[in-house]
Amino acid sequence: MKIIVCVKQVPDTSGKVAVNPDGTLNRASMATITNPDDLNAVEAALTLKEQTGAEVVVVSMGPPPAEGMLREIQARGVDRAVLVSGREFGGSDTYATSQILAAAINKIGVEKEDIVMCGRQAIDGDTAQVGPQIAEKLGLPQVSYAADIQKDGDTLTIKRMLEDGYMTIKVKTPCLVTCIKELNQPRYMSVDGIFECYSKPYEVFDYNTLKDDPLIDPTTIGLKGSPTNIFKSFTPPQKGVGMMLEGADRATCDKLAGMLAAKHLI
Amino acid sequence: MKNNVWVCLEQNDGKIAGVSFEMLSEARKLADQLSGKVGAVLMGAGVKELAKEAVAYGADEVYVCDDEQLKNYRTDAYTRVLEDLVKGKEPGILLLPATTNGRDLAGRLASRLEAGLAADCVALRLEDGQLVATRPIFGGNLMADVVFKKDPAMCTIRPNSLNKADPDATRGGEIVDVAVVSEEDKIRTQVKEILAKAAGEISLTDAQIIVSGGRGLGDASGFDLIREFAKELGAAVGASRAAVDAGWIPYEHQVGQTGKTVGPKLYIACGISGALQHLAGMKTSDVIVAINKDEEAPIFGVANYGIVGDLYKVIPIMIEEYKKVVASR
Ligand SMILES: Cc1cc2nc3c(=O)[nH]c(=O)nc-3n(C[C@H](O)[C@H](O)[C@H](O)COP(=O)(O)OP(=O)(O)OC[C@H]3O[C@@H](n4cnc5c(N)ncnc54)[C@H](O)[C@@H]3O)c2cc1C
Ligand SMILES: Cc1cc2nc3c(=O)[nH]c(=O)nc-3n(C[C@H](O)[C@H](O)[C@H](O)COP(=O)(O)OP(=O)(O)OC[C@H]3O[C@@H](n4cnc5c(N)ncnc54)[C@H](O)[C@@H]3O)c2cc1C
Repeated sequence: MKIIVCVKQVPDTSGKVAVNPDGTLNRASMATITNPDDLNAVEAALTLKEQTGAEVVVVSMGPPPAEGMLREIQARGVDRAVLVSGREFGGSDTYATSQILAAAINKIGVEKEDIVMCGRQAIDGDTAQVGPQIAEKLGLPQVSYAADIQKDGDTLTIKRMLEDGYMTIKVKTPCLVTCIKELNQPRYMSVDGIFECYSKPYEVFDYNTLKDDPLIDPTTIGLKGSPTNIFKSFTPPQKGVGMMLEGADRATCDKLAGMLAAKHLI
Repeated sequence: MKNNVWVCLEQNDGKIAGVSFEMLSEARKLADQLSGKVGAVLMGAGVKELAKEAVAYGADEVYVCDDEQLKNYRTDAYTRVLEDLVKGKEPGILLLPATTNGRDLAGRLASRLEAGLAADCVALRLEDGQLVATRPIFGGNLMADVVFKKDPAMCTIRPNSLNKADPDATRGGEIVDVAVVSEEDKIRTQVKEILAKAAGEISLTDAQIIVSGGRGLGDASGFDLIREFAKELGAAVGASRAAVDAGWIPYEHQVGQTGKTVGPKLYIACGISGALQHLAGMKTSDVIVAINKDEEAPIFGVANYGIVGDLYKVIPIMIEEYKKVVASR
């Protein structure tokens, strides 16, 4: 049994987001982290590994420096890492990204008892689309927004978070699951793990490695193969400076209630 | 771009979700500019009656897929039904809600149709007859305009971000029954149980008004006051992460980067400082009111109206003043 986890390196948006004068993101000035939801997916895979002895493989598409992130994830106990990297892949939207990641997962191989995991959403692109799109390309059933995963033989019972509650879903392997933060608390790297991570299998898949997969076609990958393009990005218009109301007494509240009522807000 | 604009309606327990009407109102505007028709797809079990509402909000044709198989949202079943309809009728634009189920469906379908999909859009417009979709990225710190290379241009729409038109019960529209092919054996997920949250509470994502509390409440009982205020206003209750982490209120109330993104007409932040991660979840609200005793609190930087003061003094007066407003109507 194998669990393949897709992890993305993202800029750290918890601090200040640096923006270039032209409105694009100044990535160079921001630290990178592993996408938070993806660490929950890795943790879920490692938990299943402890229960079943499964092999855990992480896959990331990105530029070569992502090796550092992948090694750190291996230091948490992941067996094998694959970096998908190539100029041909640059500029991919979620459709093209999922084509490429699906081809890489095909190369690793999905067998009957295997599971593919993703984070729900990456904190940079913020689309939550890549998981379902990979599932479609691999022909696997999908369960998104997993907050709990129980495995019994070839059946997974998954608690799927909804806006106002949850649904419990049963699905058979092989399948794809997208993970949210409520699923677990990711473990840290272990000392032994850090010691061993550089001796664990690490591979780079480039265009040539994947080009024989029918999903890899210049018309379906990279900037050219993407059905959407970013036309421009810009900082959101600032709201006009607000009105500070004098005092915190009845007169103030009366005035505010009056203004909100006049705008049909209350 | 083909000129028909379609909307995939979200329906829960026999009730059409607010975002569906927002999408229909927007679709109507786009279709008028494109001289096209608005199509709406309604999936579920026992939902046929709801089709009229879609017409009132602007649909010219409502495709009703009413079948026991579609009672609960299941990816395989919903994708299949929508795929067949879209392939048959070829709309130029297809809007879906950016809800849990809407996003699950949209990604899967876009991949199958080999279509472009813009996520979580907050504004749509046409330029030279082509759709441009505006969406927040990096937790709302940046906006991006997305364009499409082919039809259908697919978008998920963030609830509460587009204007809802007034319904017109006299509008005419065609209601088309769509036969759903029984393929139970091809549906690979089984729904075992659905648990809805405590009844009576208004959900954050659907709320027009949200009253949120933060660490400034001081302790868990502060939410009694927040709840009372919210109840009066018909509002949902939100919270900062500090309040959630303190155990004063469950996580599903958390607003922000690692909680829910909301965009109500009115957001009232009480005892919340306005950290970047909190703002990421609420700063697209139409009008923001902040009550905080620290006049330097960053929340005042995004607030339309600010009151510097102790929330325990201000909120009770606000409740009374609100009651006066209601009484005077
Ligand atoms: C400003 C801007 C706006 C964009 N808007 C859109 C848009 O509206 N539509 C669109 O199709 N594309 C869009 N893109 C492109 C999109 O962000 C990229 O394709 C991105 O690589 C994947 O999308 P995401 O970050 O949204 O991932 P999500 O779909 O949010 O990620 C979900 C999960 O998929 C996995 N995953 C995602 N990317 C990778 C990766 N590179 N390697 C390994 N695993 C991964 C992870 O497990 C992750 O948690 C936009 C890009 C930018 C810069
Ligand atoms: C990766 C990451 C993700 C995060 N995600 C989120 C998120 O999703 N949502 C979120 O909210 N936060 C999030 N945070 C936390 C965020 O940074 C702040 O710590 C948090 O929002 C602070 O909550 P607060 O405003 O309630 O508390 P504080 O910052 O402590 O503010 C309390 C405020 O109450 C005021 N106050 C005190 N007493 C009174 C009174 N009697 N009357 C009126 N005002 C009073 C004070 O002046 C102060 O401004 C995240 C942080 C990180 C690092």
